[in-house]
Amino acid sequence: MTNKNVITTYSAGEPLITIKPQQGWAALELGDLWRYRELLFLLTWRDIKVRYAQTVLGASWAVLQPLLTMAIFSVIFGQLAKLPSDGIPYPIFTFTALLPWQLFAFSLTNSSQSLVGSQNLVSKVYFPRLIIPIASVLPGLVDFAISFLVLTGMLVYYQIPLTTRILSLPLFLLLAVMSALAVGLWLSALNVKYRDIRYVVPFMTLFWQYATPVAYSASLIPEKWRLLYGLNPMTGVVEGFRWALLGSGKVDGLVWISIVIIAFLFISGLTYFKRTEATFADVI
Amino acid sequence: MSDIAIRVENLSKEYRIGGKQAVNRTFRETLLDSFSSPIRWMRGERKPIETFWALNDISFEIKQGEAVGIIGRNGAGKSTLLKVLSRITKPTKGRVDLYGRVASLLEVGTGFHSELSGRDNIYLNGAILGMSRREIGGKFDEIVDFSGVEKFLDTPVKHYSSGMYVRLAFAVAAHLEPEILVVDEVLAVGDAEFQKKCLGKMGDVAKQGRTVLFVSHNMNAIEQLCKSCIHINHGRLINFSSDIHSVIVDYLFGDPSEKSSTIWINSENSYISKIFKPISLALTDESGNLLPSTIPNNSDFYVAIEGELAFKDPAFTVGYAIYSEDGALLYWTYNIDTTEDLWPLLNEGKFKIRSKIPHRFLNEGVHKIEMIASLHFREWLLEPGHNNPSVLLTIHGGLSDSPLWFIRRPGLLAPVLKWENW
Repeated sequence: MTNKNVITTYSAGEPLITIKPQQGWAALELGDLWRYRELLFLLTWRDIKVRYAQTVLGASWAVLQPLLTMAIFSVIFGQLAKLPSDGIPYPIFTFTALLPWQLFAFSLTNSSQSLVGSQNLVSKVYFPRLIIPIASVLPGLVDFAISFLVLTGMLVYYQIPLTTRILSLPLFLLLAVMSALAVGLWLSALNVKYRDIRYVVPFMTLFWQYATPVAYSASLIPEKWRLLYGLNPMTGVVEGFRWALLGSGKVDGLVWISIVIIAFLFISGLTYFKRTEATFADVI
Repeated sequence: MSDIAIRVENLSKEYRIGGKQAVNRTFRETLLDSFSSPIRWMRGERKPIETFWALNDISFEIKQGEAVGIIGRNGAGKSTLLKVLSRITKPTKGRVDLYGRVASLLEVGTGFHSELSGRDNIYLNGAILGMSRREIGGKFDEIVDFSGVEKFLDTPVKHYSSGMYVRLAFAVAAHLEPEILVVDEVLAVGDAEFQKKCLGKMGDVAKQGRTVLFVSHNMNAIEQLCKSCIHINHGRLINFSSDIHSVIVDYLFGDPSEKSSTIWINSENSYISKIFKPISLALTDESGNLLPSTIPNNSDFYVAIEGELAFKDPAFTVGYAIYSEDGALLYWTYNIDTTEDLWPLLNEGKFKIRSKIPHRFLNEGVHKIEMIASLHFREWLLEPGHNNPSVLLTIHGGLSDSPLWFIRRPGLLAPVLKWENW
């Protein structure tokens, strides 16, 4: 036998792990999360690999979905309803918003179902439960990257010049992911107890989409309502995308409100998740 | 104490009764409840929450490198204990100290994804069980080898046969190298050949000095693998001893007075009826020597009954019933089963009779042999299954002379029967 079978002995002092009843607030246990980072990547990779299995079109769906939505929006809102698009060609105006929006909606839907969908893992193995909703949010980024290539092509086609504003794009992308994760933490944990969530989510995303300037311009909102409008965190994100890529719209107090809201949702979601985490295996 | 691996102190876990329904509620019910419960509370009506303790004040210590079996009936709390030890669920009271990394195997193939290939699933499952990618990479060939599915490594596992699936899943798990391994009944899968391989692998793990906690209903596996055994019932620790056999017997047959004894003697003058008084029940070899508690299957043995008749009655019958370790009746037999001229004589006064159980007829395992007696077609004197005088015998090994039959087959009996050209 080689030395790979040598066993570490921990018993000299403190136990390596102590299991006790959970009292009050749970610790965040970020170290544990870090130790299981490989599992996080593997679960993300699994979702990506499996998503388009047994589909004829495969990953082209990632391109088709936003393109088709853009086409429909362009006909209905651009041509028929003639919604103003801040002087920018309507297709690219809406496509730029669809990218973060679809990332958000997809990740949100995915993560709200994630814990219940991983029932067998939750009830049979230990690992930091946070990994599950996080891993379900990340695959959306792959679709995002693919559609972003399409967007780049469209920017060239419509001859929209790039400015240094594009450097702020990662920030808005991060905000989109964070808001999806924040809401996902809430919903995934709630879904363990209340399976109603499954029925709530489709309505919620539909409603939310109309509350977000995806198909229309935020400039349609009267100035006095703007701050209130900013309570929807995705407003700031979508406005930010248009601002960074198309140079339209503006990044003002509204974006700051969005950031505050996202931070609030995220922290409260994380807290709720960690509080209920201990009972997941018993309840799920 | 320097060599402790697991220390469990006053561990308790409480569940709500009806757990699932009670907790898997909808918003509506919760909302209605939150309105109506204050009203009920004011009226003094309170809905008592029914709970039960799946684990109740359990304490024990396990030393490093020990392999410990956990036995108990379904619902006794074994699985809950494993779930707490593997950190899947939190205890309600008490604490557990673990001196080492824990890997738990509560089922094989947790997290396998049917669309992914065998290769991908090895990495995924390994990570779920707590292995790093490097660790898995280093053992990849070994794992594939052990599973015997190398030809289908790049096929999605949904196309695997259930046997292949289980073999691959166990192969990953078998190559875990934690300090503490917690295993639940995974050996209940796969064919006998593969089960043997799994048992062997688990034995290796224990030999390497790792601590193994092993829940099983397979008493043979426990006896082969473990150095000591824990018996849990109704969430309480009943027994924890390195005398595995007696823990098993105690679990199987409950009464500590009959522990691993192949003789019962009527020392308390009980079971006396107007006609019959049993004196002894014993398991012996050909020349009348008492059997040890465990024998191999390759020798005949005798069930010997001594008794006393107050008067002669042609309707009096006496014999035994034999049960397997899970309580199944194998058969019962009487002194009057043959043609009349072969019956043993039973006159007034004491008698001694015996009956041969042929070798290689029963299967491996623990057997309970119970004295039965009746006045034929009139009344039971010792009715089967009514806590009669009984003895226990474990049969182990000596199954057959065949080079291909060396481990326990399923079934109540394991007769060696001859096959011929015809």
